[in-house]
Amino acid sequence: MSRLAGTLAAGDARWGFLIRFLVVAAAMLLLAPAVLSDFRLSLLAKFLCFAIVAVGIGLAWGQGGMLVLGQGLFFGLGGYSMGMYMKLEEAGPGQLPDFMVWSGVESLPAVWAPFRHAWFALPMAVLLPMAVAAVLGTLVFRQRVRGAYFAILSQGLAAAFVIVLVGQQGLTGGTNGLTNFTQLFGLDLTAQANASILYTMVALGLLAVFLIARQLVASRYGRVLVAVRDSEDRVRFLGYDPTRIKVVAYTAAAGMAGLAGAMFVPIVGIISPALLGILPSIEMVIWVALGGRAVLAWAAGGAVLVNWVKTGLSERFPSGWLYLFGMVFVVVIAFAPKGMAGIGEYVRAGLGRPGAVRLGPRARDRATARDRAAQEPA
Amino acid sequence: MTDAPLLEIRGLEVIFDGFHAVDGLDLTVREGEVRFLIGPNGAGKTTLVDAITGLVRPAGGSIRFAGEELVGQREHRIVGLGVGRTFQTPTVFEQLSVLENVDVAASFRLPFRSLLRRRRGVTDRVRRALEDVGLAELQEEPAGVLSHGQRQWLEVAMVLCQRPRLLLLDEPVAGMTGEERQRTGELATRIAAEGTTVVVIEHDMDFVRRFATRVTVMHEGALLAEGTVAEVQQDAMVRDVYLGRPRDARGAAVVA
Repeated sequence: MSRLAGTLAAGDARWGFLIRFLVVAAAMLLLAPAVLSDFRLSLLAKFLCFAIVAVGIGLAWGQGGMLVLGQGLFFGLGGYSMGMYMKLEEAGPGQLPDFMVWSGVESLPAVWAPFRHAWFALPMAVLLPMAVAAVLGTLVFRQRVRGAYFAILSQGLAAAFVIVLVGQQGLTGGTNGLTNFTQLFGLDLTAQANASILYTMVALGLLAVFLIARQLVASRYGRVLVAVRDSEDRVRFLGYDPTRIKVVAYTAAAGMAGLAGAMFVPIVGIISPALLGILPSIEMVIWVALGGRAVLAWAAGGAVLVNWVKTGLSERFPSGWLYLFGMVFVVVIAFAPKGMAGIGEYVRAGLGRPGAVRLGPRARDRATARDRAAQEPA
Repeated sequence: MTDAPLLEIRGLEVIFDGFHAVDGLDLTVREGEVRFLIGPNGAGKTTLVDAITGLVRPAGGSIRFAGEELVGQREHRIVGLGVGRTFQTPTVFEQLSVLENVDVAASFRLPFRSLLRRRRGVTDRVRRALEDVGLAELQEEPAGVLSHGQRQWLEVAMVLCQRPRLLLLDEPVAGMTGEERQRTGELATRIAAEGTTVVVIEHDMDFVRRFATRVTVMHEGALLAEGTVAEVQQDAMVRDVYLGRPRDARGAAVVA
């Protein structure tokens, strides 16, 4: 038993990771649908969508140091791609979506036409955000825009996107966004029983996205990305183009946000500007900060936990939950700057080496080696 | 080893806000040399290295490396052509282990596809670079725990494993003990023997005397003298500059 605990505690052991991954996957795919009501399950499905966004933020911000304060833009591009397809599927061949009829639009706008086909709309939900991020990232990172300037710029883009969406009532549904969905691929979205099918899809999506992100982080590319975060200029003099390194992580994060947006629409039944403006975009970063930006699993866990706590508080304390939520945020930031991952690390250190939290035998060996090397200059 | 110049600088000018940091410099370095670049503070030595590696943009002149013009090229492209450098203040990636620091440096020519794979084990090139600088024992430590001297060594290991054709060392022995200086000098000599051309910026004349084959003296952004250590030490102008005789505004010794 203690060996199992030891294996589980060792962060870099491949078997340890596999066991932990399978436990979480089983809990998500088997346990949750068995014990949660359809309502709770669909709530969890929504949170898992957020977790997909969070994995992307963990990659771009946690590993790459790019404070992406405007992921709502990519979440929205994915969500609207999906929403457009669903509106057209519902309207039927040759028909207009309901809101266009109300807005007096007479023929289907050219932008909408290709979204009638699932083979176009579904890949677009991921590829469009990625393409936008790739172009944007190349322009911005090439000019060496970074830090707070990049954060403000990315936030401005999310804000601009919202303004465009709200302004084009006939094209985008304006402030209301796209809603009134009843079906997807013939699946009745109003039937609660179908919640578990959508949930399973999102859960699989999250697991897949997590594995992709983890592979990126563990690869040599992941090391270079961390190097760029620490000292972009130094990386340049090692022969790498930091622009390219950053664009890849930024684009991957955008694709993940797009996928999450696309899955969010059938689950929640709406995509609107209010879901992807400045505030929602900042909230996405807060999930990751609370979970722990340096650890992908904790970034994802943070998104689920924060939203779960938020829902729990708002149900129990309808009037004062926002204050309580704010307090939780302040406490975590003040006492655990690495987020919940930091607490996890601390507990793990205690578990792995009982009674030797301060300096384990391995750390002592290293310290001695360090001293030796310092004494006899190599 | 051929006699063709590896690095050929002609009429180089670097201007910062009207100040001529490098002022019409000509410099030729042949393949396989260990060239020392000396000169008082503010002579423009580091600026020259910055210009070669693309960190600062020259206002005029040309820098040809193995027949290719470096002026106007982006930094990582210049590294790709085979020009490596270290910095006066060593910068290592503190969040990565010592081994990962060197591995990242060694992998810079990998196609992007291969970068997406995990590192399996340690390549010979990386192991050798770590052994050369005596950091093999510390390879699993995060680079953040290294001392200043160890960071300098790590930087040298990083640039060594890239196998540059031209290696520019900016004050590599600053802050080192006598024994460490000795080791650095020997390492530079050995690297040169293996075919890398080395240019070292250094203040320490003792170190220069011991390891230099040819010395270039810079003063106020221009070339003052060039030759063997002995020749340069005999040079009257060099002595003036180093001994601080009264000078006019342009730095030429005032004839009494």
